[in-house]
Amino acid sequence: MNSKYLIGIIVAIVVIIGAYFALAGSSNQQTIQIAGSTSVQPVAEKLAQAYMDKHPNVKINVQGGGTSVGITSAQQGTADIGTASSKPKDSDAQGLVQTQIAKDGIVVIVNNANKVSALTINQTKDIFSGNVTDWSKVGGSSGAISVITREDGSGTRDGFQNIVMGGKNGTKIVSNAIVQSSTEAVLQAVKGNPNAVGYISLASLNGDVKAVTINGVAPSEKTVSDDTYKIVRPFIFLTKGQPTGIVKDFIDFTMSAEGQNIVKQAGAVPMTSS
Amino acid sequence: MTKYEEFLVEKGLFITAILSIIVIILIIGFIFQQGFPAMEHVGILKFIFGMNWSPSDDQYGVFTMIIGSLGITALSLLFAVPLSLCCAIFLAELAPRTVRRILKPVIETLAGIPSVVYGFFGLIVLVPIMRVYFGGTGFSMLAASLILTVMVLPTIISISEDALRSIPVEYKEASLALGATHWQTIRNVIFPAAIPGIITAIILGMGRAIGETLAVIMVAGNVAQIPNSIFDPVRALTSNIALEMGYATGIHYSALFATGIVLFIMIIILLIIANYFHYKKKVVIGGGYL
Repeated sequence: MNSKYLIGIIVAIVVIIGAYFALAGSSNQQTIQIAGSTSVQPVAEKLAQAYMDKHPNVKINVQGGGTSVGITSAQQGTADIGTASSKPKDSDAQGLVQTQIAKDGIVVIVNNANKVSALTINQTKDIFSGNVTDWSKVGGSSGAISVITREDGSGTRDGFQNIVMGGKNGTKIVSNAIVQSSTEAVLQAVKGNPNAVGYISLASLNGDVKAVTINGVAPSEKTVSDDTYKIVRPFIFLTKGQPTGIVKDFIDFTMSAEGQNIVKQAGAVPMTSS
Repeated sequence: MTKYEEFLVEKGLFITAILSIIVIILIIGFIFQQGFPAMEHVGILKFIFGMNWSPSDDQYGVFTMIIGSLGITALSLLFAVPLSLCCAIFLAELAPRTVRRILKPVIETLAGIPSVVYGFFGLIVLVPIMRVYFGGTGFSMLAASLILTVMVLPTIISISEDALRSIPVEYKEASLALGATHWQTIRNVIFPAAIPGIITAIILGMGRAIGETLAVIMVAGNVAQIPNSIFDPVRALTSNIALEMGYATGIHYSALFATGIVLFIMIIILLIIANYFHYKKKVVIGGGYL
């Protein structure tokens, strides 16, 4: 009884391994390694998928890790393309060629029941730094603001810190802010609490929450594209030196009309506004 | 031939046993090796007792998270232990056969539900309820503890039920023959004799509670602060590692491994305490003990 099972399992394993070698070993594949910002990851994955469909002999691995991982892995050559969702510091970017592939708006969201629908950048900063703690101070009905942020190192938080809070040495996000580990969790937290405020990528915005206007401009693909909406961050591909071979081909594909269309489908705002 | 086979089996089993120990030692060695640079950079005492965790400002102190982990675990055991012991006694001593047949698989199913499902349930259902009834944001130590309570119930119930069932039937017969009621027998004979097994059950439950990561991340709020009440958000050590590991580089990365070291040492201390009680409470019968 037992040995029968065992033999069955061994046979299954041998078949699987055999099949794997038979399928994987048949062609001489080229690979592109992409690593970096988790915000760029979904866009890069869609691009990679489309590129691999056209070029079956190329395999593209897309990994997350964060903008800092993108920069270091491009520097060290562990990835062919490093991705970043904020502009790298000049000292970090030495020897790296930057190609901006898309833009992304960061949307400040509140509960649908919240009366506040317009904030200025300074009000946003005050709310997230803990200077303003009640909605009545920014034109809402009274209620203690509960700030929801992302974890340290998240690309969205990075971008928010850079643009709204004044960069790495700017104001800190209030230390008793609730930390949620994903966009989805931020959405749920804001949806479930009338006094919550959070921030997410424009691509993830849906009707469950309300996006506030910043300095009077509502976030949309158009306002992000023409830079009238203020909280915009770049999606950047980093390569060590000028890209060559299939890496160059892939980046060219990304910047082509077809590639930019995929960028749009993936929720980011393409560089060429049409 | 048989002798050869005997030798082979014996050594084979020995190697398997050793292998798991080697793996553990390798893991421990790796964690210490990775975590040491951060400990050195910050200073061990400052790392453990530091109140600030802000990697972007080079501030690494995990004391708030130690409190967070201990608080969540203690609170969830406070809820789970009485509940699960009552349930175990019911299952072992009182439940009719049919009830037991239904109840037992249901409880075991609880253990099979992935923790992300518990976490999501907590986020969608429990957190809003907390916010409405207790104020604040709803993300709280209490919410995390309640989710963990449900998660450790099956562990504690099934192991303590086994402990209660393993008490020799002569004990029960002797007690009943002396005129004790069923409840008196349970309270004064069966339960005390089963205590070592029950402590083992609680230890395993505690291990699950302190190690649980995903469900806690989703409902605890993850604020690195010492909570003023059980309705305040907290961050657990495990959550800290899982939240930031994806992005960390350099000292930050090492600090997360150092967090792992702290967690590891904490669990060892708790295990030593628990094993001490286990040892003290053992019941000696004839030659051996239960």
